[in-house]
Amino acid sequence: MKVSLFITCLCDTFTPDVGKDTVELLERFGCEVDFPARQTCCGQPAYNSGYKSESIKGLKQMIKAFEQSEYVVGPSGSCVHMIKEYPKVLADEPEWAERARKLAGKTYELTQFIVEVLNVKDVGSTFTGTATYHPSCHMTRLLGVKDAPRILLENVEGLNLIDLPLKEDCCGFGGTFAVKNSLISGEMVQEKAEHIGETQADYLIGGDMGCLMNMGGRLRRNGQEVKFLHIAQVLNAQ
Amino acid sequence: MSIKIGQKSYGDRIQDGLSNSFMRKAVSGAQGRFRSGRLKAAEELGDWEDWRTLGEEIRSHTMENLDYYLHQLSEQVENRGGTVFFAKTAEEANEYIQEIAKKKQAKKVVKSKSMVTEEIGLNKALEKSGCEVVESDLGEWILQLDEDPPSHIVTPALHKNKEQIRETFMKKKGYTGSDDPVELAAYAREQLRQDFLEADIGVTGCNFAVAESGAITLVTNEGNARMVTSLPDTQISVMGMERIVPTWEDLEVVVSLLTRAAVGQKLTSYITALTGTRLEDEVDGPEDFHLVIVDNGRSKILGTEFQSALHCIRCAACINACPVYRHVGGHSYGSIYPGPIGAVLTPLLDGYEDHKDLPYASTLCAACTEACPVKIPLHEHLIRHREIIVEREKMTTKAEKMMMMGFAKWASTPAAYKLSTKMARTTLKPWTKDEYIEKGPGPMKGWTEQRDFPAPSKERFRDWYRQREQRSDH
Repeated sequence: MKVSLFITCLCDTFTPDVGKDTVELLERFGCEVDFPARQTCCGQPAYNSGYKSESIKGLKQMIKAFEQSEYVVGPSGSCVHMIKEYPKVLADEPEWAERARKLAGKTYELTQFIVEVLNVKDVGSTFTGTATYHPSCHMTRLLGVKDAPRILLENVEGLNLIDLPLKEDCCGFGGTFAVKNSLISGEMVQEKAEHIGETQADYLIGGDMGCLMNMGGRLRRNGQEVKFLHIAQVLNAQ
Repeated sequence: MSIKIGQKSYGDRIQDGLSNSFMRKAVSGAQGRFRSGRLKAAEELGDWEDWRTLGEEIRSHTMENLDYYLHQLSEQVENRGGTVFFAKTAEEANEYIQEIAKKKQAKKVVKSKSMVTEEIGLNKALEKSGCEVVESDLGEWILQLDEDPPSHIVTPALHKNKEQIRETFMKKKGYTGSDDPVELAAYAREQLRQDFLEADIGVTGCNFAVAESGAITLVTNEGNARMVTSLPDTQISVMGMERIVPTWEDLEVVVSLLTRAAVGQKLTSYITALTGTRLEDEVDGPEDFHLVIVDNGRSKILGTEFQSALHCIRCAACINACPVYRHVGGHSYGSIYPGPIGAVLTPLLDGYEDHKDLPYASTLCAACTEACPVKIPLHEHLIRHREIIVEREKMTTKAEKMMMMGFAKWASTPAAYKLSTKMARTTLKPWTKDEYIEKGPGPMKGWTEQRDFPAPSKERFRDWYRQREQRSDH
């Protein structure tokens, strides 16, 4: 099976390890992986801020970058959901909307791809530690991927997973919201950090780098010694 | 009062909300109760998603045929001895009601909670024409005594606790009892009883009007609406033009959704249906009944991409689910309609000028959309508002516009994108310490005021991948 990696701008720039783990995970299940180098950002920061026409320029670049791919897989529920929105964003340009539909149809979030397409529920990884999982909003509510991460994490050997109180509450990231409404965002992520603290977990696991950077940054600011990990890092741990 | 409350800027209102730890505790506690109640009620029903679909269908069918149902409603109300007045604006509605009060030489008006009368500022208008107006919903009564606007659609005084309420009663009414909620409620009941008996006119809102019968229905837990609708001889019901269902069967669905989504109740205490005037052989009901159907900007929403905002059944499930509301409270929205539905509805009814910050007061986490019992895509409406603010209203700053134009160029030009991610680490080096930035420059400031920012990695994923490919090639 040929899989094109959609690595997302945050993973590419800040956490390349997440990308590496994604590659290794997919290869472990026999996927032939490639990385279309002309990919950029999914366009979400502009689109969600109301700059639709500005976002469209980037969207078209992404469509072109993945046009030849069989499957597109990305380690981010939020960015993958943005790709699913492309046909709607490009509705006024039928030809582009059609190309967007094709891309949206073959794009998957990493854990969704593993569970639904590869039909794997146990990736055979070992990770010793106590962790809590934050189900990010766009992954669960908008993309509808609720079970896949949980199924995969439950099968990780050695992982002691503790439920996060009020886990369904947003961490306060929200893209530009974290900057534009910085005060409210700070209170939201503080409440999240307190809940993470209550679990007494050593690790915070998430499926979206944006949310992890937000929560991880606040945990560090608070002096809370909780390490944050992307789910790909846990699933690829041996 | 009108939709807009207060004159403070968005920033000041947010500061006020965030620094009110007392209100925040009350709000997060209530949210917890409402949320778990809603989830439990939905679970008990078993087929919540089917109910939501049915609710959405009823609401969208009604909106698509609103002219038909409004016509049917007004005919039915008139057949039953009532008078219908279509008010295009808040002023028209107020003038009409003032006129009735004048004709009746009314001195006292009792009201049963109504958001739309808040929206049009009816109390002030009636007071101007010499009437004393008494809110009879406990929460509204407390707020009226305290001259405070509502902060929630269903529980307007959510931001106050029993100690504050006791203080208000002491200061404004000479109350001497304790802060025991039962005692406070008993005191309010005793005070209000006199007002019900003395009132010349009863004013109610309208949860839903039933088009086929011309009935105005009210969903309450306190029974105050029954007093308002059965004691005074003159009744005036004020409704937003969208608060209508075609049939009693439809009413059953939306009321079931309303009580469950609002606070997790299977049933409400009272559903009052007011159908026309008193007939000769009847013992109660008004001698004179008026239905005021308020447009006040609603028809502008019909037929637009925001039409589903009019589906709202005012259950406040979105407000109870919203993590932003949780921290800032209702007054921060500067509108009598707070929370996600407020952020969608307020700019539609009252324009963007005073409310352009509201669509951004959301992380687009979609908890609101998920909670809405009639499936209004609230977070999508917020994005659309942002587009309008940027593209049509041109209300954003030049700096932001420039930044987004830069973003467009960056995201559409792979070479520029690659170069910038390569340069990121070096560019941010002056601010980086131990692989983190604690005090970032320019647009990063908002981020680093609240949390640390990681330094860009030494090696990007794409560099690693290219080298890996090269290795495997040789």
